[in-house]
Amino acid sequence: MRIVVCIKQVPDAKDVRLDPVTNTLSREGVKSVINPYDRHAMEEGVRLKEQYGGTVTVISMGPPQAKAILSEAISCGVDDAFLVSDRAFAGSDTLATTYTLAQAIKKSGAVDLVLCGKQATDGDTAQVGPGLAARLDMPYVTCVKKINAIKDQVMRVERMMDDGYDEVEIELPALLTVVKEINVPRFPSLRGLRKAKTFDIPSYSAADIDADPAQLGLGGSPTWVVKVFPPECKGERSMIEGSLEEIADKLAGILSDSAYGA
Amino acid sequence: MDRVDHFLTEDQQMIVDLARQITDEMVIPNRARYDETEEYPLDIVEALAKSDFFALFVPEEYGGLGGSCYDLVLALEQIGRGCVGIATAYAASALGAYPIIVGGSHELKSKYLPDIASGKKRAAFALTESNAGSDAGGIQTTAVLDGDEWVINGTKQWITNGGQAHLYTVIAITDPSRGARGASMFVVEADDPGFSCGPKEKKMGIRCSATTELIFRDCRIPKDRIIGRQGTGFITVMKTLDRSRPGIASLGVGLAQAALDESVTYAKGRYQFGKPIISFQAVQHMLADMAIETEAARALVYVSARHIDAHPKDMSKASAMCKVKATDVAMKVAVDAVQVFAGYGFMREYPVEKMMRDAKILQIYEGTNQIQRNVVGQELNKEYT
Repeated sequence: MRIVVCIKQVPDAKDVRLDPVTNTLSREGVKSVINPYDRHAMEEGVRLKEQYGGTVTVISMGPPQAKAILSEAISCGVDDAFLVSDRAFAGSDTLATTYTLAQAIKKSGAVDLVLCGKQATDGDTAQVGPGLAARLDMPYVTCVKKINAIKDQVMRVERMMDDGYDEVEIELPALLTVVKEINVPRFPSLRGLRKAKTFDIPSYSAADIDADPAQLGLGGSPTWVVKVFPPECKGERSMIEGSLEEIADKLAGILSDSAYGA
Repeated sequence: MDRVDHFLTEDQQMIVDLARQITDEMVIPNRARYDETEEYPLDIVEALAKSDFFALFVPEEYGGLGGSCYDLVLALEQIGRGCVGIATAYAASALGAYPIIVGGSHELKSKYLPDIASGKKRAAFALTESNAGSDAGGIQTTAVLDGDEWVINGTKQWITNGGQAHLYTVIAITDPSRGARGASMFVVEADDPGFSCGPKEKKMGIRCSATTELIFRDCRIPKDRIIGRQGTGFITVMKTLDRSRPGIASLGVGLAQAALDESVTYAKGRYQFGKPIISFQAVQHMLADMAIETEAARALVYVSARHIDAHPKDMSKASAMCKVKATDVAMKVAVDAVQVFAGYGFMREYPVEKMMRDAKILQIYEGTNQIQRNVVGQELNKEYT
């Protein structure tokens, strides 16, 4: 089974700032990490390989510094990694991104299973998984929290819902997006770190993946972000001091005077 | 943190960094729970196995990463900084594997070491009995050859990893008339007939690590499970302990470092008489001594580990010296850490009381520090003839 996992480099969610002037994500001085959901996708790929055999390839679309997360993926047990990187990709929305990733995956050879995180913690669209499946003409299941079995090219998975889960069968080749409940990602291994140190991660350009320039980057992106802004803080906060009884009294007074009062 | 630079290689630094990451993200957040529940930390041991830490002490030709003493010392220092109990649950497999590594035949090594390196099988070392610990000559467990099988009878006491290990390296008397030359070591598998483990002992510290009796009642094992030749048991034990003691020493260094880190951080934040207590010389000098002793212990442990890796003819003295120094330092620094924390230090809400309880075992197991001083003394006596 050949498994491809798509991973994205995102700013560490513990350390996200917006540039107050440009209203865009300030990436300067912010640590970049593997999108947390993608980490679970990667782990699931490695576990499937350990159980059913095969190989796991990770791919990422991004600037050259995204090689860092691909190298980290190698240290965590994946077999192969490559980057898709070109100035022409800059400004891609999810439509252009899925086109680029699909071209790269097709170019890399036949694939049985594509795994993605449910969404990326920077853009938060959750569109790339399903969009990529459409581009690859594969069936897909989103928000998978468990893979129960693979038999005769049919996978039985559990899809997380608000009020429980669905058990779904899907025929391979297929694409799944996963939620964090699916597994606990492993740490790197010493052998993996040694391999990562010498592993030369190839980088493919738009031409390398036979991409149609019209469908790439800003030009290939019908979505335009007009403005990004932190939500305005409307509420007022105040602390009530005193003994428990006094606090309760004051709170009751405030509530009855407010719009919530009877 | 600005520490003394030991000029580690890139590969050694990688071991330190990964051990530190696992310690910070998995060991430290869970240590108090494991101390309370006294449960064996299986999830952490398995994570260490997946990250190749069990391969660290196994030679490359048997599925390991080399088996250098220094590499293991560097890893154990980090894990010990998080929790000596969890570190012991891991290190016990190294101790259990060493007899096979130092004394086993190629067949025995090929049979057992790859599974130990991958973490598929855990090991334990069984020497101590109710009447034999420091005095290894008091061993009463026997092994008698019966056709193609050894028949083992006796009881081992306080065996780390008891009940959790898949294989046990056990010393037993094979010829009572030959004294120290009458003992041999064997590999006993957990499901061998006649073998069983007692209940888990209740301990002062390192509570999550498993410590049990091992009971052999006409335990029958194949003839080829003997480690080395008959009568070489004591030599194998001594060679094993020479290599393993720096590991215990490094747990001491890790624990001392953790106690120091906690103490300095606390002393900077704790105000009395309107000032942080680190501004009082009485406290500052305590912290200074803790730091000086910790660095000194670390230096001796690293140097001893490198000395051992050079395969000298005699490594007992260096091995014993670093074990004594680092574990005595760990005890002293942990007691002082509780003193710096004062009332808070005595509370289980803070980590230093556990460090103080855990430190004590380091002066006792793998040879008490009194026995280590005997080793150093005897070596001196030999050297100055």
